[in-house]
Amino acid sequence: MSERLVEIEIDGDTVSVTEGATLLDACRQKGVETPTLCYLENLTPINACRVCVVELEGSRILVPACSRQAEPGMKVKTDSERVRHSRKLVLELLASSVDMSLATDEVQGFMERYDAKPERFGTPAPPTEAGDRDSRHTGHHHAPTGELAETVAQPIKIHDEMYVRDYSRCILCYKCVEACGTDAQNTFAIAVAGRGFDARISTEFDTLLDNSACVYCGNCIPVCPTGALMFKVEHDHREAGTWDEAKQAVTRTVCSYCGVGCNLELHVQDNEIVRVTSPQDHDVTNGHLCIKGRFGWQFVQNRD
Amino acid sequence: MKGIHNGAKLYTVDPRRTSSAQWADLWLGLDVGTDIALANAVAREIIKSGLTHRAFIENATTDFEAYEASVESYTLEYAEDITSLPRESIREFAHSYAKADRAQLCWTLGITEHYTATDNVCALINLALLTGHVGRWGSGVVPIRGQNNVQGGGDMGSLPNKFPGFQDVENPESRAKFEKVWGTSLPDKSGLHLSLMFEAMARGELTSLYVIGENPAQSEADVSHAIKVLEGLEHFVVQDLFLTKTAELADVVFPAAASWAESEGTVTSSERRVQRVRKALDPPGEAKDDIEIICRLAQAMGHDWSVPTAEEAWDELRSLSPLHAGMSYARLEELGGLQWPCPDENHPGSPFLHGRLWERPAGGRLAPFSVVEHVPPVDKLSDEFPLRLTTGRRLDSYNTGVQTGSFNSPIRNRETLDLAPVDAERYGVHEGQNVKITSRRGSIEAPVRFDTNLRPGLAFLTLHFPDEVDVNQLTIEAWDPKSGTSEFKATAIRVDAT
Amino acid sequence: MDLHFLDATPTDEERAALDNLLGPPTEPDEPGEALEEHVIRGGWQAAASRRHLLLPALHAVQGDIGWISQGALNYICRRLTVPPAEAYGVATFYSLLATEKRPPRVAHVCDDIACKLVGADELCATLEKTLDADSWRRSPCLGQCERGPAVMFQLAGDEDWVLTAATADGVRQGLEGGSERPTPAPSTPQTAEPREEGLRILRRVGVADPTSLDEYREHGGYVALRRAISLGSDGIIREIKDSGLRGRGGAAFPMGIKWDAVAKAPVRPHYVVCNADESEPGTFKDRVLMEEDPFAIVEAMTIACFASGSERGYIYIRGEYHHATHRLQNAIDIATRRGFLGEDVMGEGFRVDLEIRRGAGAYICGEETALFNSIEGFRGEPRNKPPFPTQVGLFGKPTVVNNVETLVNVLDIVSDGGPSFASIGSKDSTGPKLFCVSGDVATPGLYEVPFGTTLRELLEKAGSTKSIQSILLGGAAGTFIGADEIDVPLTFEGTRAIGASLGSGVVMVFGEKANLTDILLRIAEFFRDESCGQCVPCRVGTVRVEEALHRIVENDGRQNGEVELIDELAQVMSDASICGLGHTAASAVQSALSRNLLAPKDDA
Repeated sequence: MSERLVEIEIDGDTVSVTEGATLLDACRQKGVETPTLCYLENLTPINACRVCVVELEGSRILVPACSRQAEPGMKVKTDSERVRHSRKLVLELLASSVDMSLATDEVQGFMERYDAKPERFGTPAPPTEAGDRDSRHTGHHHAPTGELAETVAQPIKIHDEMYVRDYSRCILCYKCVEACGTDAQNTFAIAVAGRGFDARISTEFDTLLDNSACVYCGNCIPVCPTGALMFKVEHDHREAGTWDEAKQAVTRTVCSYCGVGCNLELHVQDNEIVRVTSPQDHDVTNGHLCIKGRFGWQFVQNRD
Repeated sequence: MKGIHNGAKLYTVDPRRTSSAQWADLWLGLDVGTDIALANAVAREIIKSGLTHRAFIENATTDFEAYEASVESYTLEYAEDITSLPRESIREFAHSYAKADRAQLCWTLGITEHYTATDNVCALINLALLTGHVGRWGSGVVPIRGQNNVQGGGDMGSLPNKFPGFQDVENPESRAKFEKVWGTSLPDKSGLHLSLMFEAMARGELTSLYVIGENPAQSEADVSHAIKVLEGLEHFVVQDLFLTKTAELADVVFPAAASWAESEGTVTSSERRVQRVRKALDPPGEAKDDIEIICRLAQAMGHDWSVPTAEEAWDELRSLSPLHAGMSYARLEELGGLQWPCPDENHPGSPFLHGRLWERPAGGRLAPFSVVEHVPPVDKLSDEFPLRLTTGRRLDSYNTGVQTGSFNSPIRNRETLDLAPVDAERYGVHEGQNVKITSRRGSIEAPVRFDTNLRPGLAFLTLHFPDEVDVNQLTIEAWDPKSGTSEFKATAIRVDAT
Repeated sequence: MDLHFLDATPTDEERAALDNLLGPPTEPDEPGEALEEHVIRGGWQAAASRRHLLLPALHAVQGDIGWISQGALNYICRRLTVPPAEAYGVATFYSLLATEKRPPRVAHVCDDIACKLVGADELCATLEKTLDADSWRRSPCLGQCERGPAVMFQLAGDEDWVLTAATADGVRQGLEGGSERPTPAPSTPQTAEPREEGLRILRRVGVADPTSLDEYREHGGYVALRRAISLGSDGIIREIKDSGLRGRGGAAFPMGIKWDAVAKAPVRPHYVVCNADESEPGTFKDRVLMEEDPFAIVEAMTIACFASGSERGYIYIRGEYHHATHRLQNAIDIATRRGFLGEDVMGEGFRVDLEIRRGAGAYICGEETALFNSIEGFRGEPRNKPPFPTQVGLFGKPTVVNNVETLVNVLDIVSDGGPSFASIGSKDSTGPKLFCVSGDVATPGLYEVPFGTTLRELLEKAGSTKSIQSILLGGAAGTFIGADEIDVPLTFEGTRAIGASLGSGVVMVFGEKANLTDILLRIAEFFRDESCGQCVPCRVGTVRVEEALHRIVENDGRQNGEVELIDELAQVMSDASICGLGHTAASAVQSALSRNLLAPKDDA
């Protein structure tokens, strides 16, 4: 069965992509590096971060490359003044309001490439009290003075031995919500609550995870692009200053707990498992696991 | 779940309203141990409504007439009596299954941990044959495995009557093939399965046992009896990651490496996909890879097998098992696993089996219908033992808990006897109360938890915490004469406040 | 679906509030109840089919109890099979729904731009001294701009209502529950004696009893539907195309193209949605139409359904419009009883059912795709376009979505023909147009004039052309223009030529004494509060615009590069936001700054 091809123009060059491909696919095919934050191959594009926007001839506004399908004859610019401006501003707006220090190297690269200077919006506001951002009433905020740039900074949430939630780092990319919902786990323990700048990822009434629908599959963690969701083991290592990715080896194996055949990637540092992920491109799991595969490895490390 | 979001219909047949049942378009909460009655009634309804796949039956099956006659007595009314499911629901399910473009029957231990295990499976296969829902992409009969290598164990010959690749022990040709490569003579009679081995041990005919990675002292039905038998062995060797309850009974214990993280090899998932496991960690202390333990044992017995790598052992297997011949380590690596049969290195693997049944005329042996009859569970309910106990797993735990017990799950509670709230009221116990649970074989204690997803009359326990709640003190060791599986799923109990 | 619920249980009152909406439960929904059935229907599709009842369910509990407790949310989620985290996400999306306990009577006091001009700040200052802080709160525009200050009372177990020209005493009485609830007169100065000749959209206002179908018919009602049926779908759409009618909600999209696209869409069913979520600050035209001529909307919706091949239409009204909702519901009920709606409309063998859905305090739900999500029971977050509503709209089906005023124009077009309609106004802006005039004018209210009338002519009707500092055209998402620009013809193209837009027909006049700084800050605050939060440019951009504006104010209007910063923010917001809210959120502020309206004044 041969797939139909669609021809479009990117930065003046013709690119043929298969029908149904997005502009992002086309850009990648052509080797045009396109920044993304809320996009992930194994999740439904939510196109909320807007960092992947490109200029499409005939469109009044820029369009998100990650979700816009290529149509015959489209003419796309990926590095025009408008595109560069939007990407720069999106990165600045995020970095001025969110702690991006644990974002991937790739994201740090985007910041440099677009010369993002988040500090020009002012000194970041200090963290709010625990629970403050979880209890703000929709439609009302305290007027700012303009002296400080408002941020989402707040205390980290550590409630169990599985993972930590540091929403000071959350860019609201919705990936964790999608992974918890119909894109993977179908558990629906978390959703976006509140509105506008006060929107946040939350369980119902901000109830603790162990009282929520959460089944601790941990599928939300590897999809998080900024380290807001993190394995407790990794968090503890980072706190202790012993986290060292250079010393980590990643070995692919198969989970032992049932007959599905989920592939595990064991991240091992000093003969200790420090993180368990699953390959996104493997069609048994598409990157997703359950609590046993993700966390049930402790027994091989009880060496006494 | 993707299928459901795309509009697939899900029917869940389960005494308990499980998570899957809640996702189902229709949950059919039948009585424990009535699967055959349901399947046969569904078959009769399909036949009577003219919904059979006549062409498929004629082309690819045998014994249809005998089968048709055998299900004649399984009317919807009769099935309603036996299963307690309303006849309209059985009818709806029958029609929906028969009319579907593609349909699968998936099952797990609720079908097989019964005295009638093999018959239960045959009853389901009959339905697939009746409707042609087999041997085509998207259709089929799918036993879902509970461990990463149940399938692989059988594939590799861990069956009393098979060599690797399902080649008959009693077939002289296959025996000769293995004898030639292995350089030894092999027994010409099938061996014993687990339940027969226990019977042989009990009779004193089997006196030495070598157990690798199994914990029968906690997992066997009627476990007190099992322990007594193990204690009576003359020589008992256990090879395990842990010093399990079973290992505590052994004369010799070999500490083993964890197969999935501390050694190299392959496992085979439910869908017959062979995948690589790899060594990520050094095993602790003197623990050794299974291959090394066995080879060193052989050496100690006077046979020098050296210590082959996992790949060398696998390549020998490939040379002997045509199903696996095309699965080199390189290909497994590159393709993320392969599904057998995969007879040569150009073969893409087989996502589904039995496609031959659709050839005209059908290739190979025709598929026989099996006549199977409803037989109620062995452990009968009575005034003295009025509650039906069934067993299973919970999400974050695994089997006897030796592995999962070591991580601190926030959603794990200690073991509970799950009861429908009205039953608790009937027996005068409240939530959290410790109760005495008694079957015809023994009694244990556990706290009560209310579960609104249980129908009155049904109780549930797991085997995850045998040190606290040793459920197999209660279960019956009545086993299926064809497969040797014990009836873990149907125990008659009574509950008394303590 | 396999859902996990909190251990909270509903009170009897909460349970009753929901059961009134959904009927009594048919299967066990509480821990402790026996599972007697052996067969339970469920699953994804069944759950999905109930999801659209979520917002009505939240309204039911909020309305009767005054807030939504954990127990109540649990009960809603059990009855509808909605994950509690998602339901909480929906409940906390809307400002009129409370997920924390609060008094049973709460006053929402509008301090938005129009009400500010008539004393809202002074009212709030008094309330701050005299009332408990949790008994009242400030509110964005309540759509009563011609008669502010406006106060909405949200009353548990009682009808909500709006007090206009409010005083502190009036608010206190309202909170005590004892105040009279007068219905103010229609705000259409042209219909007062001597009545202006030739009104088309407002022809029945002040003439026909809006609660009477018979009076509606006596004054020309249901002539258009009769003609529509004889024209057939193709004929109606031809007339609409010939009329040149463009949408009156702000985007000015040619209406015939929309109707045609849906009528021809192969996917079924089709839907018609009337966007009555009029929340643009300064806008109240749709409210007046719904209150004063509700049958006209019912008839126009019926024509829209007939022409587009839809059997079901939804009217989404903002939650603050109780009176309009009652009037419209009354009209739907009567029309259904009398055979003008239902399974056999006018005996002509086609079916149309109309249903009202109430918003719950979210400006963004006026964006058409956010509105769909809101009806469907999700957070009112806009969807990315394409696909457009005519292809993938409500419940994923082809959908006609039109503003109230736009729909009402259909009646004349169908009755008199498209060309006749097109002869009114200019070539690109055809027909009559409603303008919401408020602020520093003698006679604020809703005015109907033909397109092409100049702003000066309109303001002369309302009694003000002198001492004007600035005029806001198009609402908070619109443009400030200077007094020197009042000869602009009020057409889409005329306003575009001066860098402005008509938007939703807002004309808000700021006299010499108005404090424009406060007005701009309030607009920036409004967008920061009303951004849905989905996309970065709008979610963070609206915050940064407000902060920059505060810095300008702190510096007595000296700008220190802040204007350039706001320009940069405005550009990313208009280029890269998902929806119209983000695209225009900075435009009013930007227009005021570019016209130097905030520059330090000599006397300041």
